[in-house]
Amino acid sequence: MNLVPSLSIVAALLALGVLAVPLAPRRGGSALVYVAALLLTLAALAPPVALLLAGVDAGTVARLSLPLGIPWLGAHFRIDALSAFFLVVVNLGGAASSLYSLGYGRHEPSPGRVLPFYCAFLAGMNLVVLADDAFSFLLAWEFMSLSSWALVMAHHREPGNALAGFVYLTMASFGTLSLLLAFGVLAGPEGAYTFEQIRSREPAPLLASLALVLVLLGAGSKAGLVPLHAWLPLAHPAAPSQVSALMSGVMTKVAVYGFVRIVFDLLGEPQLWWSMVVLALGGITSALGVLYALMQHDLKKLLAYHTVENIGIIFIGLGLAMAFRANAMGWAAALALTAALFHVLNHSLFKSLLFFGAGAVLTATGERDMEKLGGLIHRMPRTAFAFLAGSAAISALPPLNGFVSEWLTFQAMLVSPQLPQWGLKFLVPAVGALLALSAALAAACFVKAFGVTFLGRPRSERARTAREVDGFAVGAMFALALLCLLAGVLPGVVIDGIAPVTQYLLGGRMPEQLSQAWLSIVPITAGRSSYNGLLLFAFIALSMVVVITAIHRLASHAVRRGPAWDCGFADDNPRAQYTAGSFAQPIRRVFGTLVFAAREHVTMPSPGDMAPARLEVRLRDPVWELFYAPIAVAVGFAADRFDRLQFLTIRKYLSLVFGALILLLLVLVLWAR
Amino acid sequence: MNALLVQGSQMLLVLALAPLLTGWVRKVKARLLRRRGASVWQPYRDLLRLLRKEAVVADSASWLFRVAPYLIFSAIWVAAALVPTFAINLIFSWSADLIAIVALLGSARFFLALAGLDVGTSFGGIGASREMMIAPLAEPAMIMIVFTLSLLAGSTQLSSIVAYMIGPEVGLRISVAMSLVALVMVALAENARIPVDNPATHLELTMVHEAMVLEYSGRHLAMIEAAASLKLLLYVSLIAAIFTPWGMAAAGQGLGHYLVGGVAYLGKLAAGGFLLALFETSIAKMRVFRVSQFLSAALMLGLLAVLLLFVSRNL
Repeated sequence: MNLVPSLSIVAALLALGVLAVPLAPRRGGSALVYVAALLLTLAALAPPVALLLAGVDAGTVARLSLPLGIPWLGAHFRIDALSAFFLVVVNLGGAASSLYSLGYGRHEPSPGRVLPFYCAFLAGMNLVVLADDAFSFLLAWEFMSLSSWALVMAHHREPGNALAGFVYLTMASFGTLSLLLAFGVLAGPEGAYTFEQIRSREPAPLLASLALVLVLLGAGSKAGLVPLHAWLPLAHPAAPSQVSALMSGVMTKVAVYGFVRIVFDLLGEPQLWWSMVVLALGGITSALGVLYALMQHDLKKLLAYHTVENIGIIFIGLGLAMAFRANAMGWAAALALTAALFHVLNHSLFKSLLFFGAGAVLTATGERDMEKLGGLIHRMPRTAFAFLAGSAAISALPPLNGFVSEWLTFQAMLVSPQLPQWGLKFLVPAVGALLALSAALAAACFVKAFGVTFLGRPRSERARTAREVDGFAVGAMFALALLCLLAGVLPGVVIDGIAPVTQYLLGGRMPEQLSQAWLSIVPITAGRSSYNGLLLFAFIALSMVVVITAIHRLASHAVRRGPAWDCGFADDNPRAQYTAGSFAQPIRRVFGTLVFAAREHVTMPSPGDMAPARLEVRLRDPVWELFYAPIAVAVGFAADRFDRLQFLTIRKYLSLVFGALILLLLVLVLWAR
Repeated sequence: MNALLVQGSQMLLVLALAPLLTGWVRKVKARLLRRRGASVWQPYRDLLRLLRKEAVVADSASWLFRVAPYLIFSAIWVAAALVPTFAINLIFSWSADLIAIVALLGSARFFLALAGLDVGTSFGGIGASREMMIAPLAEPAMIMIVFTLSLLAGSTQLSSIVAYMIGPEVGLRISVAMSLVALVMVALAENARIPVDNPATHLELTMVHEAMVLEYSGRHLAMIEAAASLKLLLYVSLIAAIFTPWGMAAAGQGLGHYLVGGVAYLGKLAAGGFLLALFETSIAKMRVFRVSQFLSAALMLGLLAVLLLFVSRNL
């Protein structure tokens, strides 16, 4: 195993980013850059895929240090099973979005604002995964954050985007600061900044817990854990769609990588309460994320909020793995971690696909607001089909891939009665109920997203005259849809691919899947549970074929087209259909009154008055009001108070400096005693 | 080869019996209301008549509207064929466990709701949106029931759960009783029965399932109706297999055992249908927004049963 190819691809991506500056304004320049990015990411995909599928033993790593960065530290890089898995996720997403952009990028009004940062963003994500010391990790992390910030600000004149950029930048800086402090705690006073040194240190329990909290803040804010998700639904939709797909589908996974790397690899022996915190956060994140998503009318915003839900599901798996690991149940921890990592791959596939679909709708109609869409399945049949496949996969419907990872998570939960701790015994079933709730709500969410956008009758002129998007975009969407199906019917390949990762991190693995009869997947033993997506798919397909043939042979196959019946009250006006708001109304009424303090207010005109009746819905964002608003108020208050310092006389400034000096000297004297 | 035949005969059995169960429930309901009621064979005649008619499809309908009935029917058929009826451990019984069967029904519902939205009418929308309100409450309750059963039996495979339930060590358990109540509540909601929905109305503002399928006609409607019957049969079989597993044969025991299992199964279906009809005639339908409370109660029962088991395996 050699690190040189991976690192040279990163270097090539960076060089491509620089080249993109002069190329961007030229005709065909952006296509050239995207082709190059596509080839580079595909090339980057090959070594880690080969590494994982070859079933490497856990010890296989390659290291490389370069004389860059801090002189006494250098820059260390390393590839092992964990980074190989995430390299696959990053570059698969990168390749798909580069292919998509070949067509989609043509509609970009200012390619110069997108292309250089796009390549830099890809390079940054690759570097985070490859970094092997705290300094390169943080540098790559911040590079990734800033390049994606620049992409969020690509269309900075559109209303709301400046705010999105500001919130994103604030949260990203906060996250990096937390990670910086976390590495400080881990490295200790002697400054052991390479991961190798950190791994060999045993931090004191209190310090390790502090590091965990800091990592949860740092990686969790980038991944979108509630309540740190606030930037995500603002920033992800603001970027161009291929970048939204990368940010939602891939960058959040790099954050998950950061969490897994530090908590499972660097932090040493886990403590029990850590897993409880992570589990509870994951459960709350998944349920709240999907409820937020259901309340949205903006297609891209809905998808972004839904990412929050999936991050919750991933963290549920990680929390379970931490709980099992703390109790030295290696096989169960391997099952839970495999479920989480499987969901990482799945989410990167279908969330990219769905954002591509949203981007296609945006190009075709210029609309993101679902209330102005509808009926697109007639005008954009291919996009509609791919979006439908993505929706079914993300709603965890068998035989597609989303179901497999949720099924594995449920199976891991069913092992948890063997845990000795009472806290976990009560927490796990509650989190299981939350997971089932969010899976079912996700289906509702995507019935709404697909049904309102693509089905029914068009709600605006632009939706009526939409045109199908170009072949590259459609090709990228279909490729991802195919991967969703393949990962669903042949999950054994993915599970066996993840096995080296769990072997490396936990010293255990799930049973080998590809050797099972009929390619079933068996998480623990065959008597306990098994699932066979391939057979299920075959059964459904076969019975469909049989039924359709039988009916068309033996029964009537006549079809008459006519106006919709609608119980005799058919209304030609497309506004009489159900809208996104009305579709979500029952769920808003059942769950929203509790979570969002949703209130409906109806204004009825008095009899004889010709004014329209109005229905107003008020939702309150609990996270924003409870967490962010007080912080903003406090910062504003403090700023007002400190404002006076700006207008002092030179005398007062000098006495302030003098006072500060005395104070610091006092501290020093007291400390030394 | 024999094993394949048994599995195949179960697949055909559920298909053949499903309309009969629907007809039986209707007949009993009619008799309880002192009406004579249609013959129990009426659902077969209805299906045949629908199959012979041409399908009228709305102008604004897409291909999804025409594919969905077959997809829904196939998904539910496969799910119903994987639930043990007269015997356990059939050859493909391991290909999907109880969680996967629940999820298969979820797939069918997903496409049914989409089909309801496809034509773009107000009734289709109201049905789809209400169905998707009921599902997020019913599904966690169902998963909690699965948790309870699999914690007891040590497996999520339906055949293993049934084998455990036949066995001696199950005894009287409060968690099993709770999950039975919860499962009945979920089954009522999932099959659009009173008190959650009314399968006999077509023009009531509270309807859910019938509103979604309002635009269907001809063979498409026949598929939807058959799928609904299959789903009812599936839930009755599921409750019967888990809570009254008596008489069930094990795979490979021979024809005699299969026949006993089959007769027992018919008896269970008849009893289940009778109880359903009795329950439906003795209770009023509730307002649609009361359904959430009804299903929350099922969810709480399920969660309580799981927690009891997490506390002690003997409860």
